[in-house]
Amino acid sequence: MTEVLDDTYEMMVGLEVHVELATQTKMFCRCSSRFGDPPNTNICPICMGLPGTLPQANMEAVRLAVRAALALNCSLNLTSRFDRKHYFYPDLPKGYQISQFYIPLAQAGYIEIDNPRKKIRINRVHIEEDAGKSIHAGDEITTASYSLLDFNRSGVPLIEIVSEPDIASPDEARQYLEKLQRTLAFSAVSDVKMEEGSMRVDCNISVRPKGAEAKGTPCEMKNLSSFRAVTRALAYEFERQKEILAHGGKIQRQTRHWDEVQEVTKLLRLKQTSDDYRYFPDPDLPPLQLSQDFVDEVRRSMPRLPEEIIAYYTEDLGLPRYDAEVLTLDPAISAFFEECVSLGGEPKTVSNWIMVELLGYMRNKGLSYDSIPVSPQYFVSMLDLIKEGVISGKIGKDVLITMIETGKEPKIIVEERGLQQISDEESLSRIVDEIISNNQSVVEEIKAGKEKALGFLVGQVMKVTKGKANPGKVNELLRQKLSE
Amino acid sequence: MKLWEMTAKEILAHVLARDVSSDQVLDSFLDRISEAEPQLNAFIDVLEPSARLCASRVDKKLEKGENPGLLAGLPVAIKDNICVKGAPCTCASKMLENWIAPYDATCVSKLVEQGAIIIGKTNLDEFAMGSSTETSAFGITKNPWDTERVPGGSSGGSAAAVSSGMAPIALGTDTGGSIRQPASFTGVCGLKPTYGLVSRYGVTAFASSLDAVGPIGETVWDCALVLDAISGFDDMDPTSSARPGRSYRANLDKEVKGLKVGIAQEFLEGVEPDVLECFESKVACLEDLGIEVQVLTLPSLSYAIDIYYIIASAEASSNLARFDGVRFGRRAEAETLDELYGLSRGTGFGEEVIRRIMIGTYALSAGNKEKYYVRAAKARTMLIEDFKKSFGKVDLIISPATPYVAFKVGEKIEDSLAMYTGDLITVPVNLAGLCALSMPIGFSHAHGKMLPCGLQIIGKPYDEHTVLRLGYALEQAMGDEIRSKRVTMRQSLKPVREVELVD
Repeated sequence: MTEVLDDTYEMMVGLEVHVELATQTKMFCRCSSRFGDPPNTNICPICMGLPGTLPQANMEAVRLAVRAALALNCSLNLTSRFDRKHYFYPDLPKGYQISQFYIPLAQAGYIEIDNPRKKIRINRVHIEEDAGKSIHAGDEITTASYSLLDFNRSGVPLIEIVSEPDIASPDEARQYLEKLQRTLAFSAVSDVKMEEGSMRVDCNISVRPKGAEAKGTPCEMKNLSSFRAVTRALAYEFERQKEILAHGGKIQRQTRHWDEVQEVTKLLRLKQTSDDYRYFPDPDLPPLQLSQDFVDEVRRSMPRLPEEIIAYYTEDLGLPRYDAEVLTLDPAISAFFEECVSLGGEPKTVSNWIMVELLGYMRNKGLSYDSIPVSPQYFVSMLDLIKEGVISGKIGKDVLITMIETGKEPKIIVEERGLQQISDEESLSRIVDEIISNNQSVVEEIKAGKEKALGFLVGQVMKVTKGKANPGKVNELLRQKLSE
Repeated sequence: MKLWEMTAKEILAHVLARDVSSDQVLDSFLDRISEAEPQLNAFIDVLEPSARLCASRVDKKLEKGENPGLLAGLPVAIKDNICVKGAPCTCASKMLENWIAPYDATCVSKLVEQGAIIIGKTNLDEFAMGSSTETSAFGITKNPWDTERVPGGSSGGSAAAVSSGMAPIALGTDTGGSIRQPASFTGVCGLKPTYGLVSRYGVTAFASSLDAVGPIGETVWDCALVLDAISGFDDMDPTSSARPGRSYRANLDKEVKGLKVGIAQEFLEGVEPDVLECFESKVACLEDLGIEVQVLTLPSLSYAIDIYYIIASAEASSNLARFDGVRFGRRAEAETLDELYGLSRGTGFGEEVIRRIMIGTYALSAGNKEKYYVRAAKARTMLIEDFKKSFGKVDLIISPATPYVAFKVGEKIEDSLAMYTGDLITVPVNLAGLCALSMPIGFSHAHGKMLPCGLQIIGKPYDEHTVLRLGYALEQAMGDEIRSKRVTMRQSLKPVREVELVD
């Protein structure tokens, strides 16, 4: 594919994001909505769509959806409605999905991204139920020899967040999604895990000559599995569509599939006209009426959102903005940080240790944010040991890892393994004398003015003491003895 | 008099006085079923073993002196589109021929809690779509008054069972007249309660905004008894009303003098002379009771059939989408997914059901939805307004329950439009969410045989007690003509002797 110059065309991207709400039970029945249970164990006549069953709306799901809508700066419709969206698919038990089409729960919100600083408008947030899960023996349903169905997910509450086509680059899409994911995680609406399907992204992309009035013909890409897939797929689609336009071609309205392995989009199906879902108001469900009191109560009980927390970290705790951003990547991290500070940890020290050592360790081991492998209590008492001079920072790193791997208290680890820092002058002085006498040539260099060589001697002392020597003290002693 | 010949009220008195056990009651009705069922085909299933268990449970309660419930020992026939746990629920469709309901409908569990004995599942038009019980996949039900005629529909099996004495009471469902019309055709009482008064949970949906469950019984009192048991809020049905229940029996003999009753002109158009004559004779009877009768006009009634067939079919096309051969019900052998859907539905559904699904799908499709579904929904609100206005002037509205008496098997089945227009008198009640009673008031002799005629009494939403009160007063005033004719009719339903083969 030849590169067509970027400045002649522009892309318009709108995202449709489905998010599973973190309720205990499903949207229209009382089955558990837990992820990962054995197939078809969380099902009942209602979520299997058996004849005669009726839906009952889950008000906890409504509460979370309202909270999400408020966190995304939407205006709420105090009266919204449930509608039926019809299509046939084996994992859709009733032959229709209960959704909100005509009057959604909320409208007209936005998410602000930083680079460039702009608002991405949100068209609507509505409630719907999830379908079950199909597992095809083969690549797809048309060629599979058989398909397995798991209805545990059938009826799990979802919200769909539909953006306006305000996104102008793959990077803006990434920023929007990260911001959205963070906002929903902090408002405790959902665990927003793309890998478990509790957050799913569909993209609509159209391309037009820069500055053109008319919008281009959109293509849709469904169910992208990661933010990386979103940015790569958008970049690929931009190139593909630009090339067609640059050669005088016309874009066809299509649904395309992102092939992760080959890193290309492929035609899934043509969309001649928009799909006919034969929406109509669900006669089984009365309109969803929210009182202003209910909405006010949800607003009052809203957990703190990232922006507010960042302001607190930078202004009240004196952290650099970068630190505050990293600590608010996930609610579990910021909760851990705040717990450490409340236990007496010095904010910047705690922040450094979290950002570099703890998150580094977790990244290496592939741990998710919500499974921090150490308690704030142990973490802070380890930092205290450093502060009190019992161990060095370097030893601290080892203690942290041992703590994680054995679950033992840091003090016990230090005692058991004899890691206490050697700070008493008598024993250090003996070791320093020995190093000086064994390294006369280096001593000469230092005396001749090569100050830097001092570091070598410090290193030698640390080596002999297996890192336990107090480095400050060693420095001090060496300078003292060499200037004698 | 045999137990099966008694009304529910009479049987109940015997059971509570412990003259008879509920097991004896059950025996009597099972005997009657073996006598009359071969000629009528009113049941799809008779649930003898589970009924016996229930009856002995009621008897034990009576022995121990525990409260046996409102319906102690009364057999009840349940229309086969209502779920009874552990029993097949076919909806008279090949699609659900082998489907066993894994749960009880709320109305069924309420009946059982009150000591009722579920005796069997009755025939109906497939998925309740029809007015003659001729669209059942399991054979036509015959009218006990003339077995060459239909019992009406869709609750034809329930009505025929009560009329012939195979069950003292039954449940039906009414989406556009499916309780009232067969009650009228078979000379029994049937009540379509206000939408929301009786839970729809466990009732296979035909048109969710119109469906209602209600009783069929020999007398108004019997219907009131069943309504006392099944009405009330159910958190499994979000459209059920939170209004507190009331005793419908307790209000039956209150004064009717001074009630204002309206006759809507539009309901009388197209009513056949024999039926009209019977109706008018009873209007005079009402005036004798001190009831003020006035003539009304409800112009929007002329759209009722159109509105009904669009809305009911649209909702049906959606409600029946779940029958896809994937999880339950009929599953055709197929190579591809589309074939699985097409063949399972194409061979599982009968002609009338397919016709309604096609009409409903068309009415909801892009480009048609505004023209049909949306307009029908708007016109429906006009109709509701018209009724509201009328109920500002009168307490009740009366009409013949049907424009004609029971017709012959096969007479209308090929002409869908003729069948549909017969529903004009009953569908407006469902569209407007009102309640209405259909009760026998006399007979037509215009067709060679004596055939029952019915009266419809329509009330405001949740005004069942006034509807039942007028019905009860009229029933008392009429004496026992209906009952004595019914007794004679029942006698004539003798088992057909099998021809003995002689070699």
